[in-house]
Amino acid sequence: MGKLTFSMGGVHPHDSKYARGCAIEELPLPQTVYVSMAQHLGAPAKPVVAVGDTVKVGQVLAEPGGFISAFIHSPASGTVKSIAPRKDLAGNPVMHIEIAVEGDEWDPAIDRSADLVTAIPEDRTAILDRIKACGVVGLGGATFPAHVKLNPAPGKVAECLIINGAECEPFLTSDYRIMIERPKEIVIGAAIMQKVLGGCKCVIGIEENKPEAIASMGAAVAELAYPGITVQTLKKRYPQGGEKQLIDAVMKRQVKSGGLPIDVGAVVQNVATSLAVYEAVQKNKPLITNVLTITGDKMPVEKQHNYLFRIGVPLSFVVEQAGGVPDFAAKMISGGPMMGKAISNLDAATVKGSSSVLYLSEAMTRREPETNCIRCGKCADACPMGLEPFLLNRLYKTADLEALEKNAAQDCIECGCCLYSCPAHIPLLDNIRQAKGQVMGVIRARAAAARAAAEAAKK
Amino acid sequence: MTQTIILTVAILTVLGLLLALILFWVARKFKVEEDPRIDEVEKVMPGANCGGCGFAGCRAFADAAVKATNLDNQYCPVGGDEVMQKVASILGFTVAKKAPQVAVVRCNGTCANRPRVNEYDGVQSCRVKAALYSGDTGCSYGCLGCGDCVAACQFGALSMDPVTGLPVVDEEKCTACGACTKACPKHIIELRAKGPRGMREYVSCVNKDKGPVAKKACAAACIGCGLCAKTCQHGAITVTDNVAYIDFTKCKLCRECEAVCPTGAIHGVNFPKELDKDAVKKRIADRKAKAAAAAKAAAEAAKAAAEPVQPAAAAEKPVEKKEVANG
Repeated sequence: MGKLTFSMGGVHPHDSKYARGCAIEELPLPQTVYVSMAQHLGAPAKPVVAVGDTVKVGQVLAEPGGFISAFIHSPASGTVKSIAPRKDLAGNPVMHIEIAVEGDEWDPAIDRSADLVTAIPEDRTAILDRIKACGVVGLGGATFPAHVKLNPAPGKVAECLIINGAECEPFLTSDYRIMIERPKEIVIGAAIMQKVLGGCKCVIGIEENKPEAIASMGAAVAELAYPGITVQTLKKRYPQGGEKQLIDAVMKRQVKSGGLPIDVGAVVQNVATSLAVYEAVQKNKPLITNVLTITGDKMPVEKQHNYLFRIGVPLSFVVEQAGGVPDFAAKMISGGPMMGKAISNLDAATVKGSSSVLYLSEAMTRREPETNCIRCGKCADACPMGLEPFLLNRLYKTADLEALEKNAAQDCIECGCCLYSCPAHIPLLDNIRQAKGQVMGVIRARAAAARAAAEAAKK
Repeated sequence: MTQTIILTVAILTVLGLLLALILFWVARKFKVEEDPRIDEVEKVMPGANCGGCGFAGCRAFADAAVKATNLDNQYCPVGGDEVMQKVASILGFTVAKKAPQVAVVRCNGTCANRPRVNEYDGVQSCRVKAALYSGDTGCSYGCLGCGDCVAACQFGALSMDPVTGLPVVDEEKCTACGACTKACPKHIIELRAKGPRGMREYVSCVNKDKGPVAKKACAAACIGCGLCAKTCQHGAITVTDNVAYIDFTKCKLCRECEAVCPTGAIHGVNFPKELDKDAVKKRIADRKAKAAAAAKAAAEAAKAAAEPVQPAAAAEKPVEKKEVANG
């Protein structure tokens, strides 16, 4: 097979993966960690520990607060100091469990050895339970609980498991580093998920700008020789790592508006999720660590890092360990430059989905003044979902929710391609994100009303 | 030539008459019967079409009013009581008088009170900003300062103060239509009773953080200490989620809460005289001392009365009463 890519839209920002050569280092533990109760998509978790409790590394701190929710485990050993709201990355109060770190005592049930366990358990439900109990969530960005995604609704059959190694966001190298350093674990994780999904084929998609990762993953796949796993080279194009784009690239199928990947027989999981699944199932290790990249556009490479961090370590500690905020930095972003969120509160704790601390210089971040739309259509060309951002922007301004829904504002994946390509610097994404929220609200209200009507009819 | 002109005029006249007849017939045949009172009501409405009443415009309001069985659920905030009385007299209903209201901005996070910790150069829209993060300052609840409320106001009653960075309400122009309260993503703006001669008392803060956190973020924050609620003689003040709220229906404008507030989060506006905090504090202290003395006297009297009969019970009683008096 040649190099594949998705069929519509997309942009080509410089990949800027300066930290690709930085091997993963383990970040030490700070004095205190703060574990957020809302680090996954869905309902926040409910704490099961009390203030004053002593906890070990890997002990359950909170249980799922709903169907779409996840377990949360302690990243450190010590005493629970408080369970109170604390400001997150964006400055909004979220419930956190504060743990005063004492030593580093792990739950004895966790296998901490480096031995590779290649034998995959037979029982499908047992694997799913393990994944759920270990609090594994999608680490590609959306942090959707993995056990929910890996357990398709009855009647839906997974034909292809896609392991997402695209890492199309510029600057980020955490996925790249784990593909270099822990390819076998990722492949075993993929084989486990393959098993859970009933033995469908599995494609590991990696963009062409990471040839070392392609080689390393290819070697691991060949060596472990699980049936039906292949590595697929993808063209470099943003947003290749978007779930729907990746399905389009690999399977040549499009998820229709309002549909789920499973509707076209696809399940997509990130390489980091695959690694987490391996650790959960084979090593009984819950999701308490992840890799994040510290990088920036004017940063010398020796100051850049890929850290294996305990989830819950404050960002300020990570920054401090990496030598503090560099002088050139005008903006700090958690995540990539395209979809990441600006860090407005450095005291915030890292969460399961934290993938980077990115420093950008003034020149990289400054917004140009907005001018008039010249109807060039670049945004429509760039939109990977086939939407017309200029139109949605105009409809948002007139608050025409009906037309916004008709023009599928709710399908926006917030990738930022429209904003990136607009020569008039119109804040398309900012406005469309608002429009999407409003339309989603209308859709949800309608669904709720329909459910209520159905209930009433039943009675 | 003359003939052509005459012919043209004649044809056009006949054609015109014919079409007029058709139009007349169509208008008669397809006439929509409408309650004439709708027009009458619409005439007395302010005609702002602001939607403050909850209807699409003045005509929609009039239509609904005519169809309704009473006017309890309808109120035109722009026209106020005057208009509502007129509407009621047209329709033969009676309406209770409502106190006129005004929009109140419950945030005093000026640039001086609330130091900026972040810089924002995105879209100048509070809604967009609120979706991205909690704001430029340490306060997650306060005004974002992009002026969505100003844009929402159809009456030009709101403007941004460039010095404080906060919106200012022009009480003369504000009609209490409530558009700004809906536009504000932080729900800072509230409609409150205008009060006698515009005098009113309100807590100019909505920060739900605990005291130290709130205070660190903003010098003028309500820290939820509850001093105002304890001082208030009228039960108008409640403290929930670390922030005080004055119920304007109960407030008697005594300004005692304003005097005792340690951060100055309680504002009194349009009072003729400036608040003499010390005098008010002295008044409160005197009252407390008096109450304590009265309680003590009562306790002693009770003690004297109870002693010969039940010495054990009497020993407990004064302690109880004292607590009540102090609390």
